[in-house]
Amino acid sequence: MQFGIFSVSDITRNPVTGYTPSEAERIDATVKMAVKAEEVGLDVFAIGEHHNPPFFSSSPTTLLAHVAALTKRIILSTSVTLITTNDPVRIAEEYAMAQHLAKGRLDLTLGRGNTVPVYPWFGKDIRQGLPLALENYNLLHRLWREDVVDWEGNFRTPLQGFTSTPRPLDDVPPFVWHGAIRTPEIAEQAAYYGNGFFANNILAPNFHFLPLVNLYRERFEHYGHGTKAQAIVGLGGQAYIAKRSQDALREFRPYFDEAPVYGHGAPLEYYAQQTPLSVGSPQQIIDKTLEFQEKFGDYQRQLWVMDHSGLPLAAVLDQLELLGAEVVPVLRKEMAARRSPDAADAPTHESLTKAKYGDAAPRQPRPNPNRGDNVTGTSPYQDSDAATPARYPLIG
Amino acid sequence: MNPTSSQNAHPDPEPTRSIVVLSGGMSDTSSSRMLADRLAQRTLDRLTGQGIPAAVSIIELRPLAANIAQAIVSGFPNEDLQAAIDRLAAADAVIATTPVYKAGISGLFKAFMDILDNDLLIAMPVVLAATGGSARHALVIDDQLRPLFAFMRTLTTPTSLFAAPEDWGDSALTTRIERAATELAAMVTTGIRSAITDDAWGQYQHTFAGNARAATAAPEVAFDTDLMRLATGGTFAARA
Repeated sequence: MQFGIFSVSDITRNPVTGYTPSEAERIDATVKMAVKAEEVGLDVFAIGEHHNPPFFSSSPTTLLAHVAALTKRIILSTSVTLITTNDPVRIAEEYAMAQHLAKGRLDLTLGRGNTVPVYPWFGKDIRQGLPLALENYNLLHRLWREDVVDWEGNFRTPLQGFTSTPRPLDDVPPFVWHGAIRTPEIAEQAAYYGNGFFANNILAPNFHFLPLVNLYRERFEHYGHGTKAQAIVGLGGQAYIAKRSQDALREFRPYFDEAPVYGHGAPLEYYAQQTPLSVGSPQQIIDKTLEFQEKFGDYQRQLWVMDHSGLPLAAVLDQLELLGAEVVPVLRKEMAARRSPDAADAPTHESLTKAKYGDAAPRQPRPNPNRGDNVTGTSPYQDSDAATPARYPLIG
Repeated sequence: MNPTSSQNAHPDPEPTRSIVVLSGGMSDTSSSRMLADRLAQRTLDRLTGQGIPAAVSIIELRPLAANIAQAIVSGFPNEDLQAAIDRLAAADAVIATTPVYKAGISGLFKAFMDILDNDLLIAMPVVLAATGGSARHALVIDDQLRPLFAFMRTLTTPTSLFAAPEDWGDSALTTRIERAATELAAMVTTGIRSAITDDAWGQYQHTFAGNARAATAAPEVAFDTDLMRLATGGTFAARA
């Protein structure tokens, strides 16, 4: 079981002090959060992708590669990578590169993105958002598994003889989670490929995402990747922790009341009771999270939003201390005790490499020589499958 | 036909049909509600007269007003509002009634409609009704309610009901109420809604695990679709 934090990279005015951090300040703060997450013993740090203010994270792999250099153990991920408006070829290249630099401590969560203008800004049509997401992943999946890809689809220019470089570390692609809040086709795609399924588990009533998670589990079994209980499920959440529950409510209230997604609707107490938002003492956060396990079944990854709505860095770092010291150690113990022996472990680069190679040495692709025109001819690597040579477009 | 003996002879007793009045009226009792109640009673009489057990229940939007506003802001209905949505989803017929304010339907009525799943009322028999301070507002039903319920893909009766102050002293209003009751009862007895949803449910776009689940016997997820084929590594011919 992995525990961690995810952020959407919002730059929000602190409603208590009235101070709005600069982009530079918020980016630095996010790096400090990520490093702190490792220090307090968390397993995962994930950052979102946005292409408009008030968010900064347009380039998740750049941030994650930097964090990778500052950390030793924590897994870096996304929340989410836009599988619609990004070219899947660039996703294949950028995340494979980041995976190398992070020495395998990298995976990613794919999502469609719901900011309408981003689609036209990147030359896409939001009405085609779902087919875009599905087709783009089909291509991404192949780019990380086949040295040479010939491909034709509806949404990008065809590929002939294309090799995505660098090949994934140890020729083991980064693990992929598919995120969705209401789309059975995404759950189906995750199940079909045996990938993970992530429900953000925020901004909706308790267990709202259970039917989608259950659909994914059933289809995971249907496609023969294991039993329902062995499917790879991740859940989000949001937490604010204080030693005493009344302090948690008092401290979090101004941020909740002004948060763009929360404010001016249901009051904090009701919202925290009706939705996965966890505000309270460490024991209350623990109890609520154990309910996730009870209802959703054994799962592999729990991430919380901890830095939302203008919460200043010092408060976020205090939150991470509490999470790491008083919440996660208890959850590790309690969840392990309740866990079915059949439940799968969260995939890591080590486990995926072991599954692919056993005790044998992983493949290390070495290119064939540049034949003089910056390509390698009909086979990109010395050990590429000769049965699938690269076929280049005829020129001249 | 004697309804009692016909029921006794039937091994599977008729389920009780649910007629739901959805009222945007504000006062107690509002004229919008009075209009709907008269129609509801006559519809009930027609159904029970044919041996079909039926019951009327009311969804008054006034006590739900704050809940509706909160649901729009918070993104999900609270328990009281969810109970009303569940009742609407489980209805066999709906009488929708609203006052006319400022040359349009009540904002509260529209706000309630805004929080419903798009597929909640597919093929639902509905009578559209409105009351106004002047007969000059009579077209609000055709101008605003009818497109709204067309968007929800309901089956609206040919007769709609508008009552201006002078209509309450005119027996022609009763004639129209009788006519609308006949139409609504006919739609309920023929089972047209389930005939449509049982066969064609998969051809509409749905909110996964939404509030409309009870409306059909069809499976929740269809796997034999272009998008599902694309999800599982297949190809998909995009429509421009």
